[in-house]
Amino acid sequence: MLDLDIKYLKFKTYLNTYCPYCHQSFNVETKDKKQLVLKAVFKGQETDLILSPYLDVFEVESSIPIETNEVLDDILCPECHKSLISKEICCGECGSPVGHVIISALSRLIPFFICLKKGCEWHGLTKSDERKIKLKIPRQEMPEQDKTLRIHNHQEVPYGYTSELASLEAGRCLQCKAPKCVEGCPVDIDIPAFIKLMRENDFDGAAKKIKERNVLPAVCGRVCPQESQCEAKCILGIKDMPVAIGRLERFVADFERKMDLVKIPVIKNKTNKRIAVVGSGPGGLTVAADMALLGYSVTVFEALHELGGVLTYGIPEFRLPKSIVQFEINYLKELGVRFELNHVIGNILTVDELREHFDAVYIGVGAGLPVFMGVEGESLGNVFSSNEYLTRMNLMKAYRFPEYDTPMPKGNKVVIVGGGNVAMDCARTAIRTGSTEVTIVYRRSRHELPARLEEVHHAEEEGIKFKLLTSPVRYIGTDYNSLKAVECIKMELVEPDSSGRRRPVPIKDSNFIIECDSAIIAIGTGPNPIIFSTSPDLKRNKWGYIDANEKTMETSIPKVYAGGDIVTGSATVILAMGAGRAAANTMHKQLSKK
Amino acid sequence: MFQIVRKQEMAKGTIVRFDISAPKIAAKVKAGQFVILRINETGERIPLTVADKDEFAGIITIIFQVVGKTTALMRSLKEGDIIKDVVGPLGKPANINKMGTVLMVGGGTGVAILHHIAKAFKEAGNFVIGIIGAKDKELMILENEMNAVCDELIITTDDGSYGERGFVTQPLKKYLEERYDIKIVYAIGPIIMMKNVCILTKKFNIPTMVSLNPIMIDGTGMCGGCRVKVGDKTQFCCVDGPDFDGHLVNFDELEKRNNLYLKDEKLSLLFSIR
Repeated sequence: MLDLDIKYLKFKTYLNTYCPYCHQSFNVETKDKKQLVLKAVFKGQETDLILSPYLDVFEVESSIPIETNEVLDDILCPECHKSLISKEICCGECGSPVGHVIISALSRLIPFFICLKKGCEWHGLTKSDERKIKLKIPRQEMPEQDKTLRIHNHQEVPYGYTSELASLEAGRCLQCKAPKCVEGCPVDIDIPAFIKLMRENDFDGAAKKIKERNVLPAVCGRVCPQESQCEAKCILGIKDMPVAIGRLERFVADFERKMDLVKIPVIKNKTNKRIAVVGSGPGGLTVAADMALLGYSVTVFEALHELGGVLTYGIPEFRLPKSIVQFEINYLKELGVRFELNHVIGNILTVDELREHFDAVYIGVGAGLPVFMGVEGESLGNVFSSNEYLTRMNLMKAYRFPEYDTPMPKGNKVVIVGGGNVAMDCARTAIRTGSTEVTIVYRRSRHELPARLEEVHHAEEEGIKFKLLTSPVRYIGTDYNSLKAVECIKMELVEPDSSGRRRPVPIKDSNFIIECDSAIIAIGTGPNPIIFSTSPDLKRNKWGYIDANEKTMETSIPKVYAGGDIVTGSATVILAMGAGRAAANTMHKQLSKK
Repeated sequence: MFQIVRKQEMAKGTIVRFDISAPKIAAKVKAGQFVILRINETGERIPLTVADKDEFAGIITIIFQVVGKTTALMRSLKEGDIIKDVVGPLGKPANINKMGTVLMVGGGTGVAILHHIAKAFKEAGNFVIGIIGAKDKELMILENEMNAVCDELIITTDDGSYGERGFVTQPLKKYLEERYDIKIVYAIGPIIMMKNVCILTKKFNIPTMVSLNPIMIDGTGMCGGCRVKVGDKTQFCCVDGPDFDGHLVNFDELEKRNNLYLKDEKLSLLFSIR
């Protein structure tokens, strides 16, 4: 029996339907419409079954006339002729005979069948049924570079979704009425709305939707810790895996860029007020974009010779291609934002001078000063801070030495101290530049590793070793001041400390030695003193960071706002962007008041 | 855009002087501060202390010795050429005020930096005694300029071809023994020279400042590559320095750290010749 009144089978939902056996697509695109082509067995005869969407329902074409309420013997894949009907897919209780089910085509590899017998779990498709089917679609993995290949190049590891995978993943979203995911997003992207647009195949519209709230979607889709933000709140995540919001964001941003759909909005309501932004990192760029869109003229000051802050000097090429950062910055340039390179604010211009010339100043200089542990031998050659290592590699392109003049810090056996994303970046950069043995030393256990799970997973795949519950106590050098080995001590975890994590304490006499010829210390950063040296009025908190209002981002100096790592200490790209957004809101409120 | 306005080769071409047009930096830079240069897209960032400035013309002067690839490349630049990036001023300025008698000791290219500081001390109204040294007569730089800002100037050369024969420490010792009013000694030059000056002044208990030039990348306190042990603390030369109390600096460690990339430097030079 072929019940054709299946309103739920909308045109867009079956775009990606494959045979579970031969992986051939059932979809055919004819001149004016898309069709789903299957083979049916009816009364022992094979016939082509063409389903084409007509408004909300499907039209069925077949060479043999099939009456309504007649039972099909079987539905076959048009390519491999295998039966697409299996009993396991039915609820299994009603004992529905073959032919009483119809493909619902929501999934890529497992087409879903709906039992038409009344009372069966799969009878018809109500809202809740739709939900059930969605729950059956697995979270889609991104295709990525093979691990044996990728440790020899600096290209990005995941290739990103194809449009088919993206549509499928977007199909998993339940479109909650009161979406929790948005609560998890520091910049309040309307996540269900952009996913809805994706399901309507309007990827461009989806990208524009994200850009309403986030100026750097291609960056955030790659480096945001979604698993602890939006995806952590996803309802699907309670029972199953959450919707891969980050990967979808990345896909639409890449789609927009690659298809050349980026449009520069026309800015109305230009004002003659001027904004200074110190630091061109993610926070600074957010402020610059927000204020530029509101009609202010914005000048961004950057200390280094390249824009992007941590996106350029910190995050390696294989995690965030620099061409993408450059593209996003060019977008800002076209919005009319001015960029001044090589300007160390605090030295060449002080904050007070900026206040004289600008109507508001945003300080987003990041937390620059590397922290050392203060153990013996830290000043040996070949002991690097993670900042130095990554700056050499990313900003100065030392991995292309001697083509680029900055020498590459290399080592055959490398030890990395710390367990954050930066440590993973260092380790994975080291393995790409020819180190044979890379070991990460972290003083807490695997559970406490602050790095993103995905990063840890990638690092392990690439053959990086983890020595957990271990802390270095001494760096042992040769007579020529180069590193020979690291002496470590085993740790154990005791009761939680003020940060809520279990505190590690050393186990007595458990010292051991790891041989290495290079060590990278990635245990965090402190506040950079330059901006404070010429602005003594700028109030600092007990950790030495800028004391700024959490909601309005105002500092102790009027007209001066601050956000990002220089306020919170080392955190994430998206938190800095959230702070930038908040500061821009306050700036606009206060400047439009006058 | 930073244009080279004037170029002058000194000491048989091993030391080069650039006057660079950088109005914003010239307006702010003080004695003792440095800038970081990057000459082209593939270049490295190298720190160079500002040897002089002209804030009205918007010009800073840098004097450098040709030691590695970047400095060799810089020597090949001509007047009117453009340097891609100049960042500055960086570091803390030298602490200059009226003290009485100050003794300035310089060796080799260090004299270039010393001159800027000596000039500032002189302008602050101090009695400035200068001792400058070089390997031989040919390699002596900025003698006339030093003469203009010093009340007394002693010149030494290692081979005795000009001035006194020997190292700067010999006249320094004489001064320390004879004069009791020396308030501060400023020593700038090769690490070994600064180290020996500090050993000497420590005996006489005279405060000594040295200007260090470790390996740097960003120069804004970010990389930590320029860390030096000062006393029992690790300090970053780019934000805490470049001037430090010479009696506390661990010179041996600094020298070892500075030699870290000698091999790479050769490789880099060979690559550029090829």
